[in-house]
Parts: sequence; structure tokens; C-alpha cells
Amino acid sequence: MSAQLQFRDVTLGYDRHPAVHHLSGAIEAGALLAVVGPNGAGKSTLFKGIAGAIPLLGGSIERGGLAARDIAYLPQIAEIDRSFPISVYDMVAMGLWQRTGLFGGIGAADRQRIRDAMSAVGLTGFEQRAIGTLSGGQMQRMLFARLLLQDARTILLDEPFNAIDARTAGDLLALVQRWHGEKRTVLAALHDMEVVRAHFPQALLLAREPVAWGATGEVLTPQNLLKARQMCEAFDDAAHACAVAD
Amino acid sequence: MHEHVHAHVHELSELWTDAALRQSLAAVLILALSAAPVGVFLMLRRMSLVGDAMSHAILPGAAVGYLVSGLNVFAMTLGGLVAGLVIAVLAGLVARATEVKEDASLAVFLLASLALGVVIVTTHGMDAEELMHFLFGETAASIDHNKLIIIAVNATVSIVALALIYRPLVLDCVDPNFLRSVSCAGAAAHLTFLVLLVINLVSGFHALGTLLGVGIMIIPAVIARFWTRDITVMIVIAVVAAALSGIAGVLLSHAAGVPAGAGVILAAAVFYAISIVAGPVGGLIWRAVPRRHLEA
Repeated sequence: MSAQLQFRDVTLGYDRHPAVHHLSGAIEAGALLAVVGPNGAGKSTLFKGIAGAIPLLGGSIERGGLAARDIAYLPQIAEIDRSFPISVYDMVAMGLWQRTGLFGGIGAADRQRIRDAMSAVGLTGFEQRAIGTLSGGQMQRMLFARLLLQDARTILLDEPFNAIDARTAGDLLALVQRWHGEKRTVLAALHDMEVVRAHFPQALLLAREPVAWGATGEVLTPQNLLKARQMCEAFDDAAHACAVAD
Repeated sequence: MHEHVHAHVHELSELWTDAALRQSLAAVLILALSAAPVGVFLMLRRMSLVGDAMSHAILPGAAVGYLVSGLNVFAMTLGGLVAGLVIAVLAGLVARATEVKEDASLAVFLLASLALGVVIVTTHGMDAEELMHFLFGETAASIDHNKLIIIAVNATVSIVALALIYRPLVLDCVDPNFLRSVSCAGAAAHLTFLVLLVINLVSGFHALGTLLGVGIMIIPAVIARFWTRDITVMIVIAVVAAALSGIAGVLLSHAAGVPAGAGVILAAAVFYAISIVAGPVGGLIWRAVPRRHLEA
């Protein structure tokens, strides 16, 4: 299997402070990887780096020939203006952006795909609803429908099941499994270790620096989790430039 | 009966014989078509007051045009466009490149621009009366042939450009992070939108005066918000509201001998008041009338 994502001594952060420090390794094409770690461990930062939303402070990320734009990315806090007067249908249809671009029309085949995506997330009948009328769980279903239409080979999900009830999480997890079955590469940042153990064959335990990476059972040991909790310290404003050679 | 009809025909025919009135009506109708959709996006981007501020920012440029070539419509248009565009683009770029928010960035540039305008105007000896006319418009906004052409050209550019950037503009409002993750069109769409704002402000300045011109952009958009929850319908309603306000306002100002800008904005304000009370989306009547909740 070829590497879909290759990290070479990647450092990511803000104002020169590292939030992900010296990460090296590869993620195979078709992998289903859970990224776990305490709050502030750098999970979101790593995803932003992979999606090209923030610049690297050091090292390099190879995306297996994909542009950062070809990677579908669901942020933890989608900064969606819920008061905006747009329908659920139009919002889902935005997932076709890569195909339609600025001016491309949406044909009969595309409309069928939009219907299929909405049905897959259980939102059939919500087409003409304004997005502001959706509940938190329905909103997340809508965003997953949009992800379905993006049809990306690599998908990043940043804490996709937060504040969502078990039934919705279960439905969305089934979509993640479907993507895995379609040999797509899926990375998900998660806090629920039961979900990780049950559904994710691989895990990366992150605490600014990678603590453990590999088969989930070997990564999520009590020793590793304890180590991760202890490694997360705050930014030090007086920190010196990192001495590790790039 | 026959004479009664005849009198009406005579009144109506005045619309076709009075050139100034006819041109004023044409101007506000064209302005409604181009400015109201821009106003809808201003409102949805929570930039209504930014539009207001930008209308002041074009003043120094128009003042320079005025000082260079007197009351030449084209020189004042060019000056206003250049000043507005420089400020809009600089403020937009600073907001995108730094952590300063757009409104704060615009406020700084706008104040600097106004200060520069004051320096230009005072050092070149514009007298107080001229300045008052310039800032608040003349007693009756007279739309001559040249102004009408400028307004029409601006509207054509504005409508075509808005159609081109419509999709990224909507997405940049509702989910900017997603747009950034799939396309780099967001920044270009935003800057283009600021350009359209300036273009329409210059048109509004010619048709309705400097301080009130921005009203035909913003008030119809806020009116439309009371009538629909769909962006497409909202734009149509805003255009209709702007056109009705424009026609009513111009006829009112013609009959009462007051400035057209004041007439149009007061007419729009009346429609706004009606919308607050009767609009189906959040109107007061619907809140006051107790209706039983639905089954599902």
C-alpha cells in the first residue's frame, strides 16, 4: 500500500509556538485512523495543517499527489452563519463545488446525487428547510451529506460526534465505515475511547509530540494515555528556539 | 366622465413630457436594480453600517474631482470611485492579512480619508456654502443626462459582476471556512463585492445626494428580511421595494418640492414601518395574534 499522507518532521503551531512538534510517519491509502489525545494536544492543528489551512512551521507534508484542496475537511467548530437564508438542499449541493466551480450548472444526475446524499444521512424531507431551523445533530448530518458529495479520497473529521446523541453518532459512524469500505483514507479526532476501540483499526495518540502510533489496541494502553496526559504543557512565552535540527 | 379621464391622462402625460422628472424616475429604477442586491449582501454580511461609512469615504475623492474641474459629473465620479476603491481594497487586504477585523480596519481608513478630504478642501478654498451643497446635496437632486448614463453604466457593471461572484459570495457569508477549503475565490469575491459597493455608492451619490444615497441600498434589504427566509426571493423583494420607494419618493419630491433623496428614503422608511408591523417573518402582528401551536 502506498502512503496517502507522509509527514516528515512536521511542526505546526501559532506564533512560532509548536502545537504539533516533530511529527514523522505515514498514513496508508485507505487507512481508518483515530487521532486521540487530551485537549490542546494538537489534533485540530494537525488537521488544519493537512488541509492546508495553516502554514507549516517546519518539515513537510506529502499528500500522495493530492492538492490540499482535494482533501475534505470537517472542522471541529464549523463557523457557519446559521441565520443566513439558505436552504439545506443548497448547502448540501455546495459539496459539488469541485465539479461545478463558480458557474457550472447542476444537472439531473447531480440532483439525484444530492437526493441520495440527503437520504444517506436521513435528511430526506428537509430539502427546503432553512439551515437555521436545524438541530445540532441535523446540522452535523447535513455537513456529512456535503462531505458525501465532495467525494474526496481523503477525509478529515475533527471531533465529528461531539454534542451529538448516540443515534446520530451511530448513523454518521456507519458513513465513516462506508467510506472505509470504499478504500478512502479517513482521519477522525475523537475523545470517546470506546468508539475508537470498536471502530478504528489504527490510532495516533498525540500530546503535542506523538506518544504512540499504530494498531489501536497497542496505542491505547493505560501507560500511553497517562504519558499523554502528562506531556501536554502550556505555551511558554519565554521559550527558546527549538534546538532539534530540521 | 370623459373629462375626468382626460384630466388623468394629462397628469400622466406630465411623466413623459417633464424631462427632469422622467430622468429622475429612470435613475431610481436603475439604481434599485443594481443597489438593492448589493444591499442584501451587505446586510447578510452584517456590513450595513460599513456601507454607511463607505459612503463618507468616497467624499474626499469626489471633492478632489470637484476642485479640479468644478461641477463636472465625470470628474467627481472618477474621484469618488478612486477614493472609495483605494480605501475598500486597502481595508479589505489589511483585514485578510492581519488579525484586525474588517470593520475596525475600514474605520481607520475611512477616518484618515475624511481627514485628508478636510485638508484638501480647506487648503483649496472651497467656501462653506459650496461645501454644504457638496455634503448634503442640492435642494432638488437634478439628474441630468450625464448622471443618468453614469448610473446606467455602473448598474450594468454591478449586475453582471454580482452574477459572476454570486456563488462564492453566498458561501463566503454562510461558511467561509468551507469555501477556503475548496477554492481560493473567496478573497477575490470579497474584494469584487467591495468594488461593487463603491460603484453603487457613487451612483447613489449622484441620484440621491451623498448622505442619503446609501439608503436605497440598505433599507430595501432590511425590508426584504421581514418577508422571506430565502436569499433569492430576498433579492427580488429588495429590488421591488427599492423600485417602489424610488418611484413614490421621486413623485413625492416632485409634488412637494423637496430633495429627491429625502423623498425616496422617507418612502422607503414607510415601507419599512409597514414591514415591521405586517411582515410574515417576525412582523409584530404575527407575534401579537395568539395562534395555537401546531401538532408537529
